[in-house]
Amino acid sequence: MTESPENLSIAVWRGDDSGGGYEQFDVPARQNQTVLDVVSWIQQHTDPSLTYRFACRVGMCGSCAMMVNGEPRWTCRTHVKTVLKGNRLEVGPLRNLPVIKDLATDMDPFFDKWVASEGAHHPTRTRHDPIAPVDPTEGNRVEANEGIECINCAVCYSACDTVTGNPDYLGPAALQRAWTLFNDTKDANRGAILDAVSGSGGCHNCHSQGSCSHYCPNELNPMKAIAGLKRASATRFFRRSS
Amino acid sequence: MLDIRLYMLQRITALIMAPLTLGHIAVMIYAVQGGISAEEILSRTQGSVFWFLFYGCFVVAVSLHGAIGLRVVVHETFGVIGKTLSWFTWLVAAGLMALGLYAVFAVTL
Amino acid sequence: MIRHAHRSHGLWLAFILHRLSGVALALFLPVHFYVLSLALTEPARLDGFLNWTDRPLVKAAEFGLVFLLAVHIFGGLRLMALEFLPWPSRQKSFAAGAVALALFLSGGFLLSAM
Repeated sequence: MTESPENLSIAVWRGDDSGGGYEQFDVPARQNQTVLDVVSWIQQHTDPSLTYRFACRVGMCGSCAMMVNGEPRWTCRTHVKTVLKGNRLEVGPLRNLPVIKDLATDMDPFFDKWVASEGAHHPTRTRHDPIAPVDPTEGNRVEANEGIECINCAVCYSACDTVTGNPDYLGPAALQRAWTLFNDTKDANRGAILDAVSGSGGCHNCHSQGSCSHYCPNELNPMKAIAGLKRASATRFFRRSS
Repeated sequence: MLDIRLYMLQRITALIMAPLTLGHIAVMIYAVQGGISAEEILSRTQGSVFWFLFYGCFVVAVSLHGAIGLRVVVHETFGVIGKTLSWFTWLVAAGLMALGLYAVFAVTL
Repeated sequence: MIRHAHRSHGLWLAFILHRLSGVALALFLPVHFYVLSLALTEPARLDGFLNWTDRPLVKAAEFGLVFLLAVHIFGGLRLMALEFLPWPSRQKSFAAGAVALALFLSGGFLLSAM
């Protein structure tokens, strides 16, 4: 083990939607520090105007994702020593989203697509009915369970080059949400979900590059969920035409 | 820029072409031995209903498949959208099909 | 390099190989069709062209084309298996297998062309 240098050399993207560039900061190295710690240190000790977003600091809320050395990561759970190149680090705002300022992106397009992909429950019962039992071992439920730990951090959305090339594409997170609801046997309108993901920005645009599944900090598999939607919609396509 | 209909067309043409392409490669490996000549190709294909249907299906499928593929690339790379993108898709499909079917007739008639 | 760091993983490379081979094949097709249609219009020129292809550099280019075709089919079959069959867990191995099969077939072509 070599001694860690006293200072880290951190390049942080500064600017807004009209443009910007990287600015250098020196940050003291610590035995244990996350990328979010580094960004916070700069804001607290060097430049109070640095803008970024975080809330829980423990990987629950999904608000602190940034590009770290060109890869999207949840910064609160990314240890500096695992991503450091020499003693340098480059931190920027997430790709594929408009920048509000510095490291804070406008997440509206990301969440609008959750709505557009019909990521809302269609109830089968009212509040007066007894609660439907859920069998955790049943096939559809197992499939749905694989996607429900999504924290909406937009790391997958930012990693996806299909989103980059096709701004209408709903993206991995919204499509995985749709797949989760499609597998909910308590959902009353699964056809509406398939309709919502079969348009010109739908699941059929996915090229299975796999960056979503590669980078998902919770190790979910949106690529598999999207393949599930393709299969379900193709099956329905043949049923309808026969 | 693919809705489910274009996607299905892309996948169905791909499935049709999978065996045709493997056959095509097999013929190439067989025919290239000792060099190829127009005479050799034409003696195999001319007047053959089998090769007419084989290459005819191949050309129709590849024209659609290639046009939809290029549509996606042109959209994602150059941001072409809307009517221009549709025109591009079907012009490529029609162009490839015309050239391809002409070639099929040329070697099988 | 940092700018595109998110692309340096196996399945993204499989994607770009599929895309580039597809575009190259689509651009090659009109030439291929034109040369074959010479059989009807100018049979002598077709024979002249086929004789021209009988040189090492052209054979190497043909090997490249056969490789692109084979890698596009096997890559495409992998994608359709991923989409329509029960989820296979070893995607990267399948992608590598597609490249290996394509090399095997195009290598076979090159050997019989020599």
